[in-house]
Amino acid sequence: MCGEPLIEVVNLRFRYEDGTAALDGVDFRLSASETVALLGPNGSGKTTFLLHLNGLLQGEGEVRVCGLKVEKQNLAAIRRKVGLLFQDPDEQLFMPSVLEDVAFGPLSAGVPPEEALRRARQALAQVGMAEACDRAPYHLSAGEKRRVALAGVLVAEPEVLILDEPTTYLDPPGQRDLVALLRRLPQAKIIATHDVNLARALAQRAVFFERGRIVSDGPVEELIERFGWDTSAASGS
Amino acid sequence: MHHVVLEQWSRRASRVHALDPRAKLVVTLLLLIAIATSPALGGAQFAAYAGLLAAVVLAAGLPPGGVALRAGIVLPFAGALAVMNWLAGDVARSVAILLKSYLSVFAALVLVGTTPVARLFAGLERLGAPRSLVLVLQFLYRYLFVISEQAQHMRLAAQSRGALERAPRRTRLRAPASAVAVLFARSYRRAEAVYQAMLARGFAGHVEPVAPLRLAGKDLLAAGAASGAILAIRLGL
Ligand SMILES: Nc1ncnc2c1ncn2[C@@H]1O[C@H](COP(=O)(O)OP(=O)(O)OP(=O)(O)O)[C@@H](O)[C@H]1O
Ligand SMILES: [Mg+2]
Repeated sequence: MCGEPLIEVVNLRFRYEDGTAALDGVDFRLSASETVALLGPNGSGKTTFLLHLNGLLQGEGEVRVCGLKVEKQNLAAIRRKVGLLFQDPDEQLFMPSVLEDVAFGPLSAGVPPEEALRRARQALAQVGMAEACDRAPYHLSAGEKRRVALAGVLVAEPEVLILDEPTTYLDPPGQRDLVALLRRLPQAKIIATHDVNLARALAQRAVFFERGRIVSDGPVEELIERFGWDTSAASGS
Repeated sequence: MHHVVLEQWSRRASRVHALDPRAKLVVTLLLLIAIATSPALGGAQFAAYAGLLAAVVLAAGLPPGGVALRAGIVLPFAGALAVMNWLAGDVARSVAILLKSYLSVFAALVLVGTTPVARLFAGLERLGAPRSLVLVLQFLYRYLFVISEQAQHMRLAAQSRGALERAPRRTRLRAPASAVAVLFARSYRRAEAVYQAMLARGFAGHVEPVAPLRLAGKDLLAAGAASGAILAIRLGL
C-alpha cells in the first residue's frame, strides 16, 4: 500500500527522437481507488503519457508513483506497483505458452516456479482463460490475447492498473465481460480509450488530451458532452 | 513457419525431451565437432552419424520426414560452397560439405525440437555461456515471431488488394523489394514495443525457466552413452 496521491505528474514534457513533441506540459494526479478515463483524439499523446507512468519513457518534468520518483533506481519497485496493459496485445505476449507468459512477471521477480505457476493459473482463472494454459499465445483470437495479457498484468497484484484501449478487437460480449471484470478489480485505474461507453461504465472522472496537453479535467459525462465525444450522439439530432 | 512447428515438437513428451538440456547441449556440441572434423571420404562415418540421429528422432517421437525436410533448408547455402569446390575439381570435398552441413543442421533441429527454448537457454546459461549472448539469442528468437508475423500480415494485405496476382512480372518483383524495407522498419518498431512490454512486467535480464533444471543419473547415463557412440564413430572403433 502507499500514500496519497497514488500518481503525481508535474509539467511533463516529452519529444520522440524524430522531433515530435508528444507531451507538452502535462499535470495529473490520481488518488487511491480512483478510476480516470483518458479521452482525446488520435495522436494527442495518451499512449505516450501512459508509458511515462512506469518509466518506459522518461521526459522532462516529474512523475511520482506511490511517492517514488520515476528514475532508474526506483524502476523495479515502480513496475511492480503499476500494471500496464498495452494497446496491442501481440506486443505483450512473448513467451511460448500462455501459462509461461502469465508467470513471466512473478518469475522475473524471483518467485519460485511452483508458486509463480500457481499464481499464473489463478490469474488466468480470474480472466476466464484457465483452459488456455498450454496454448501458444500467437494462436489465440484477439479477444483471448487481450485477456491473457490482462492476466499477465494482474498476476503481479499491482496497485494501479493502466489500460490502453482495452476494448479494441473485442466483440460486444467480450467488451461487456471485460467491463464486468474490470469493475470487480479493486485497483485504481487509468484507462485511455475512444470508447465512451467504457469510460462511462468504469470512470467517474475523465481528462481530455489535445496536442500533448490535458485541456480539461472533470466528470466523465461533462467532458463527453463538451467535446462532442459520443459517437451515437454525433449521428443523431 | 518453421519455428512454430519446432516449438510444437519441443513441447511433446518423450525420454529424449525429458533429459536435462545441459546433457543434450553437450552431446550435440560433441556431435557437431565430430562431424566437422570427419575426413571428407568418411562415407561410413556419415552413415553412422545419420543412423545415430535417426535413432534419437524415433526415440523422441519426432516425424522423421519433417525433420529431414526442414534440415534441407541449409542446402541452398551449402550448395553454393559445394559447387565452388566441384568446379575446383574437388568432388569428394564438395559432397562432404553437403553431407556435413546437412547432418549438422539435422542435429541442431533434433536438439531444438526436443527442448523447449526456455529450457535450452537456461541450459546454455548454466553451462557458462555469457549471459549477454544468451540474452541476444532469446531476443533473436522472440523477434523471429515478430518478423514472420509482420511479413504474413503484409503479404495478406497486399494480396487482398490484388497487388501480386495481376501485376506484370517485373513490378511483381519490385514490390517485394520495397516491402522488405517496410517490413524491417515495422519489425524494428514492433520489437521495440515487445521489449518495452517485457520491461513493464519486470524483465530483469534473463528469463527464468518454469521447471528448474536438475541433472539426474539418467541424464549423465544418456549423455555418456551418446558421447561414447559419437567418439567410437569418429575414431573409427
Ligand atoms: N515511436 C514514436 N516515434 C515518433 N513519434 C511517435 C512515436 N509514437 C508516437 N509518436 C507520435 O507522438 C504523438 C502522440 O502519439 P500517441 O501514440 O501518444 O497518441 P495517442 O493519443 O495514444 O493516439 P491514439 O488515440 O491513436 O492511440 C503522435 O503525433 C505520434 O505520431
Ligand atoms: Mg494510443
